[in-house]
Amino acid sequence: MLVIHSKLVEAMIAQSHKDHPIETCGVIAGPEGSNIPLRLIPMRNVAQSKTFFEFDPQQQLQVWREMEAQGEEPVVIYHSHTGSQAYPSRTDVENASEPGAHYVIIPTDNLYDREIRSFRILDGMITEERVCTVSAYHKLQAALEQLIEA
Amino acid sequence: MRITVNIPTILRPLTNDQKRIEITALNVLEVIDQIEQQYPGVKEKLITEGQAHRFVNIYVNDNDIRFSDGLSTSLQDGDSITILPSVAGG
Repeated sequence: MLVIHSKLVEAMIAQSHKDHPIETCGVIAGPEGSNIPLRLIPMRNVAQSKTFFEFDPQQQLQVWREMEAQGEEPVVIYHSHTGSQAYPSRTDVENASEPGAHYVIIPTDNLYDREIRSFRILDGMITEERVCTVSAYHKLQAALEQLIEA
Repeated sequence: MRITVNIPTILRPLTNDQKRIEITALNVLEVIDQIEQQYPGVKEKLITEGQAHRFVNIYVNDNDIRFSDGLSTSLQDGDSITILPSVAGG
């Protein structure tokens, strides 16, 4: 399950609609091992495509270094689908390289779903998970989530 | 040349969970060959048909090797190499 603050969900949706019909993308960092997404970093999509995204490699280096220096990891990796359902595409699965991350997809085409969806992608396997949007993070809640997942 | 290599999360199962490896090598390809000798299986994740994989970013210090000499990019003592899989999809 992905537990995520509503303000982060709103920010991802706003960014996705602003960039529509180009796919948007970004990362939400959180303390290593916490599974709590805290710091949202919009990333430049160097592909500038309606059907593909790729983090700007130079920005990615800088952001990944910042995360390491601050003891963070990518808790959420998000991108939008601007003309298809919010389900991982073949290229999403082939390129999923952060085994610990929640992969969030934001649909911006009204023909398809309206809700964001979250997935774990590991060794080519897609597992959808529930998204629990909260207005505050509570330590107890986070601890419970970890217990449930363990 | 003594080089520090930063290993991405997804390759750490192949490197005994090490985040950093020290290697002695003269260019990027030699670094990858040396890692392969110590930790078999890494090279095929990084190189396809003699070229760095399209969706793997390799940096020498701050510089993407695509904009220097690719795998032949030469190294100086104390350089740091960072390997980061691209974050990409459709």
